[in-house]
Amino acid sequence: MSWATMKLVVAHIDEPVPGIRSLWLRAPGGTSLPPFVPGSHLTLDCGGKRNSYSLTNDGLDPQEYCVSVLHVRDGRGGSRWVHEQLAVGDIVDVLPPRSAFAPHHRARRHLLIAGGIGVTPIVSHLRSARRWGQDVQVLYSFRENFGAHVEDVLDLAGLNAELYTNQDEFCARLATVLRDQPLGAHLYVCGPSPMIDLVLGIATAAGWPASRLHLERFTNGALDPGEPFAVTLTKSERSLQVASGTSLLEALESAGIDVPNLCRRGFCGECRIPVIGGVPLHRDSFLDTATKESGTAMMCCVSRAAGPSLEVPL
Amino acid sequence: MTTSTPYELVRDFPFPFDKDQYRYSTNVQAALRPMRTAAGAWGTTMLDIDTEYEEELSARAEILAADPTRHSVLPHMRSAAWDTMLTLMRQLCVDYPKAMRLTRNHDGSWRWENRRLGDACEFVYGDDSTLPDEPLRYIARQVQEDIVLLDQRNDTLFADAGVVTFAADWSFGFDVGMSFLEIHGPVPRIRQEGVITRAHEFLMRLQPHQPYRRTNWTMTIGRRLDVSTERYPEWGPDRDRIQTVDDAAFGGLVHLRVEVQHLVRLPYSGAIMFLIRTYMLPLDQLATVEPWRVRAAAALAELPEDMADYKGIIKYKDRAATWLSTHQVAAP
Repeated sequence: MSWATMKLVVAHIDEPVPGIRSLWLRAPGGTSLPPFVPGSHLTLDCGGKRNSYSLTNDGLDPQEYCVSVLHVRDGRGGSRWVHEQLAVGDIVDVLPPRSAFAPHHRARRHLLIAGGIGVTPIVSHLRSARRWGQDVQVLYSFRENFGAHVEDVLDLAGLNAELYTNQDEFCARLATVLRDQPLGAHLYVCGPSPMIDLVLGIATAAGWPASRLHLERFTNGALDPGEPFAVTLTKSERSLQVASGTSLLEALESAGIDVPNLCRRGFCGECRIPVIGGVPLHRDSFLDTATKESGTAMMCCVSRAAGPSLEVPL
Repeated sequence: MTTSTPYELVRDFPFPFDKDQYRYSTNVQAALRPMRTAAGAWGTTMLDIDTEYEEELSARAEILAADPTRHSVLPHMRSAAWDTMLTLMRQLCVDYPKAMRLTRNHDGSWRWENRRLGDACEFVYGDDSTLPDEPLRYIARQVQEDIVLLDQRNDTLFADAGVVTFAADWSFGFDVGMSFLEIHGPVPRIRQEGVITRAHEFLMRLQPHQPYRRTNWTMTIGRRLDVSTERYPEWGPDRDRIQTVDDAAFGGLVHLRVEVQHLVRLPYSGAIMFLIRTYMLPLDQLATVEPWRVRAAAALAELPEDMADYKGIIKYKDRAATWLSTHQVAAP
């Protein structure tokens, strides 16, 4: 896997509500940025930690990437870095936008449900719905005085947006709205896990098919950079360290060991290598289950080690 | 009719065999990297405009005029059609910066200029009334590639839009709306061997800005781009007729037909775009590149019956192998 990072400049920072920072990131030369699918997220290098945030602006021909970051005080430190360290003019390492929460263009209606900072991909969906003249309904729940992007939601959805600062009212309204949708409606939900579970529970009980329920999953589709591990090469009598974000194939290539390869994504089957020690962490779509369970082979372009080390006869 | 093959068509030909044996595989690789061959290289650009540009585009226009089923955009694919148009315009500017230009006006509208065709227009994205044609068909008339668009839903890809005028023994009009797996149902071996399900998985996980490509091949008699099911009565009988021609005519008529397919996740609509660019080289030209002659002869001779039958070449592929192995032109 390759992680082609972009270096973007922080052009503007805003704190629309306490505890939420909105960032405007631009290309240093002011050129257009790669377009993105509504609902996409951007992965930022937040002082050594990689955090993903939903893009809130329009993705057709973006001059900037806009994300809104909630200050999570007891998190891993990524959002704290955004809130306490990041300043206008700083350069941030960014991975290209990835799509894992796209609108379904066959939907007769897009029912969008947002809780708190989960409103960010919903704003992006609303921009797309407006461009294509699609029917939307929005339910947005947030703590009073802490609602991000409220103006965007009202501007984009107008009378089809409902705002809630009272949990009980929101839950009561959910139960009604989820039972009163046209056939062919699609539901998108983004917010805290308990809220997602609540929405999915009501929807399932109301007979919604799973194929019409969509929730934000940041890790869906993209492989994470993985843990570092060591490899002992028994034939060449060497050992290598494979860093997080580097594939075993890349590490082997850097060490001058050629492995046949083609897709580098775990599909084509070219880069299969035997394993004689350690347990591989399989992440490919090529090997069959029996081979994966035996642990005797792996696809070195995407798969890693389940423990601290592997031994391969290369 | 024999026409001489321009030198570029040999130099840039995407010779498909990397071994003496050909089997189906999920042979995808990252796009936009030059692939060296014994005669030259291919694959530095995603869209390929060559000496045949004007001729192939006028062939496409005639086919579209005669048979509207070669173009289809199901209603939910409108946004994907617009995305395809803008994506291909942007890519043409990258691949052919001197001939192509796309600019954004201050009011947000766009200006497109294709100097090679002498075509220009201004449009508002998403507003069909600002374009001279439906967006997918408009851009399909400016590239040599066939285009198929796939919608992803319920963990499945559906071929829900496209412009396909140069189909190799299939019918876009018949397949439109079918799932990717249904479309590939008739291909032997690939389901049992897991090739097609892996390809399907791969496509569903494809991300924008990471284009991939693969090649596929078959053989065609005469330089005939449109060997669609719809026109089978015109070209089907050639498969029998070719067995009776003499060796000189055989080498000029039988073409190795290679498709370079680009697989792209469209960056704004999220649909999958399949570009299919067809290249054809007659055997007597192929044989001028000695490593190609030897390798193609071996791969054709070894090709199993079921695969040759599906490709529609079973009646003459053995003769093609023999022809190649006995017609050395260049020094080894």
